[in-house]
Amino acid sequence: MYEQIAFYLFSVLTIGLFLVTVFSKNLLYAMTSLAAGMVMISGLFFVLGADFLGVVQLIVYVGAVMALYAFAMMFFDATRDIKEKNPNAGRVFLLGGLIAVMLVIIFSAPIYSENIHAIYPPIPGAGNAQSVGLVLFTKYLVPFEVAAVMLLVAMVAGIILAGKKMDQSLTTEDDISKEVILQEDEK
Amino acid sequence: MIGLNHYLILSGLLFAIGLMGVMRRKNLLMLFFATEVMLNAANIAFAATSHYYGDLTGQMFAFFIIAVAASEVAVGLGLLIVLYKKYGSLDLDGLTTMKG
Repeated sequence: MYEQIAFYLFSVLTIGLFLVTVFSKNLLYAMTSLAAGMVMISGLFFVLGADFLGVVQLIVYVGAVMALYAFAMMFFDATRDIKEKNPNAGRVFLLGGLIAVMLVIIFSAPIYSENIHAIYPPIPGAGNAQSVGLVLFTKYLVPFEVAAVMLLVAMVAGIILAGKKMDQSLTTEDDISKEVILQEDEK
Repeated sequence: MIGLNHYLILSGLLFAIGLMGVMRRKNLLMLFFATEVMLNAANIAFAATSHYYGDLTGQMFAFFIIAVAASEVAVGLGLLIVLYKKYGSLDLDGLTTMKG
């Protein structure tokens, strides 16, 4: 009973908030509703018994990723409404509907197969976080390390792209030559 | 009673919303938001499968999806900032300089 109430509440809220994200014209509204929708999705994870995944969703998505978006938004003009041309909206709706139906069929196809069985069942006597740790650090150790290296590479790339020479333009030729002249003047 | 199908249908709906956003958005930052919606939909499907089949593999894949999403955001936002400095806007239709 409570599970049903929680599921329908969270799913309706998530769908509504993500619809606002996708169809809103204001950047700030889109970002805020995306963050709120991710909180609701972590609620769904808690309902599903994946406690650790829910906490990670809250910390990484709602905390880190959304903070990164908020910082990046300082570079852009967030208050102005975004004007977008959509010449053929009907075709987009048709394609989106068709692809959605296809995806639902793909997702639901394995339900009717009998071949699915658990490879790593939850360890009896251990909580969700403990079982996740045991499986992650034994069976999935190599992908875990690869993910760590990937995150390091992404961090370096982010710093190089966004942080280097913040006070001047990276790409425009004129600005760089102006900068050189300014530096020579200082000497 | 809530079954696996409920969660998969929810995931499919959210994925369709994200896909619709990817197809109709012309602003690059909004496009990023729509991809986040799609990644979250996949995460829901993984967590639900993991719960209803009593297997932890789905949760592992969801963790790796979160890691991939975090690195994607870091690199993508850096690229967006460089792009904004160069063109002054994030409109996709303006980025047709490679047209032959």
